[in-house]
Order: sequence, then C-alpha cells, then structure tokens
Amino acid sequence: MTLAACFITAASTAVPAAPLMAPVATAFFFYLLSVMAIGSALLVITCRNAVHSALALITTLLALAGLYLMLYAPFVAGVQIVVYAGGIMVLFLFVIMLVNLERAMKEEQFSKQWLAGVAAALCLGGVFAEVYRKGESLFPGTPLRLAEGQNTQQIGIGLYVNYMLPFEIASLLMLVAILGAVIMAKKRI
Amino acid sequence: MELSTLHYLVVAAALFVIGTIGVLTRRNVVIILMSIELILNAVNLNLVAFSRLYNGLQGQIFSIFIITDAAAEAAVGLGILIAFFRNKETVNVDEIDLLKF
Repeated sequence: MTLAACFITAASTAVPAAPLMAPVATAFFFYLLSVMAIGSALLVITCRNAVHSALALITTLLALAGLYLMLYAPFVAGVQIVVYAGGIMVLFLFVIMLVNLERAMKEEQFSKQWLAGVAAALCLGGVFAEVYRKGESLFPGTPLRLAEGQNTQQIGIGLYVNYMLPFEIASLLMLVAILGAVIMAKKRI
Repeated sequence: MELSTLHYLVVAAALFVIGTIGVLTRRNVVIILMSIELILNAVNLNLVAFSRLYNGLQGQIFSIFIITDAAAEAAVGLGILIAFFRNKETVNVDEIDLLKF
C-alpha cells in the first residue's frame, strides 16, 4: 500500500467518528500532570532565586494547560499557554531583571510569622478536605468523557453574544491597568 | 480507575493552599505576586472542572475573565513594585512599612 492510499484510508475511517471524541483522559496523564503542577508549585514558594521560581511557575502553568486539555477545554488551554506562560511570565521575568535581587537573595527568605502563616494555610487545607469529604455525594460523579467539538467557536459565541457586557468591562479593566502601569513606572510619581 | 471531578478539585485545593503559604510566608514581593498567580490558577482549574461536570461553557468563559484579571493585576502590581524599588531599594514586604507609625 502506498503512502497516499494510507492517508486516504486513514481519513475515510477517521471522518465518520467525528462527533464524539475518543477519550484521551487517562489516569496516568492526570497523575503525571498533577505531580508536575504541585511539585513545581512547591518549588515556586521555596526557591531562593526569583528566576528559578519563575521557571517553576511556568512549568506549573504548562501542566495546568495539560489538565485543561484533559477536561476538553482546548481554548482555555491555548489561552493559558499564550497569555500566562507567554505574556504574564515574560512580564515577571522582565521585572526580575529590572529589579536588583542580589541583596534580597542573600537575606532571609521567609518572614518572621512564617509558622503562623503555614498553620493558617494548613487550616484552610483542612477545611477543603472536610468539605470535599462531606460534600462528595453532592455533585454527581459523572465520568469525564466525550465532549462535543467546536469548543473555540462556542466560547467565541458565548463571549460576544451572551457575555458581551462582562467582555467590555474586562477590556475597560485592561485599559485602566495599562494606564496604571504606565503611571506607576513614570520617573516621578 | 475512572477520573472524577473530585480529583481535579483536590489538585486545585492543593495549589490554592500552596499559593496561600507562599503569600503568607515569603518576604520577596515578586514571589508573593507569583503565589497570587498560583491561587488564581487553582480557581481556574476548579471552574474548568465544574464546567466539564455540568457540560456547559460558563466556567470556561469565566476562567478567561479570570486570566484577564490576573494579567491586569500582574501589570499593576509589578508597576507598583518598580516604583517602590526606585524609592526604597528593597523588595521585602516587611521593610515596606511607610504607613506604620
């Protein structure tokens, strides 16, 4: 069989199954991405060098993009990679380079009330655990499979038709943020 | 083993708690801002997981708004940081105490 014939048969077999996507969400990928996300999140808050923290945060964001793909949200995954890992993290790295962190690296990294902070956060985690343990039966445990296609198209319709006003408010927020950042970064405030 | 929504919620809760620990314990403002990004991402993961559970798109659309918010917050926060660093030559939150008397 020639290569072209191969393609043709592959295409003809692939087309009829279009409406239902095959489930790609396997438990292995979920655990791999979760361990990546949580492990590099731990690195973010423990690294001494801010640049290393930023790189670990990029790893977390990419792992979360993978999790969004497993949840059949390809548009959010793309936005996550482009806007977060591409835009916001570049901003962070830019500021890290601009601000002299040599002195901050040699100093104590954790504040004096770190024990109280960790205790408070762990209490919050306990609340989460208790809520999820008690409320597990509240939301149906539907298996996560088989989404419809055209995710991007439907999000676009949602953003520009049903959620028009929030979208415009978000654009106004961006304008205000740009102006605020420019004012803040001026020579004399 | 079937993956349920609860798996994603547990991952999101772990990220949220890690971000909270970062905000409460670190001294470096840049890393505190990164921890806030972690918290916002945990919320996003929750929203997308529930969007999948209830088979609607509202959660995904809301998560896009949250990403917009995170970008605005990072821009303004880092602008404030640069303006402050120009005046005080420090990035540690416990040395930023001009309002304390």
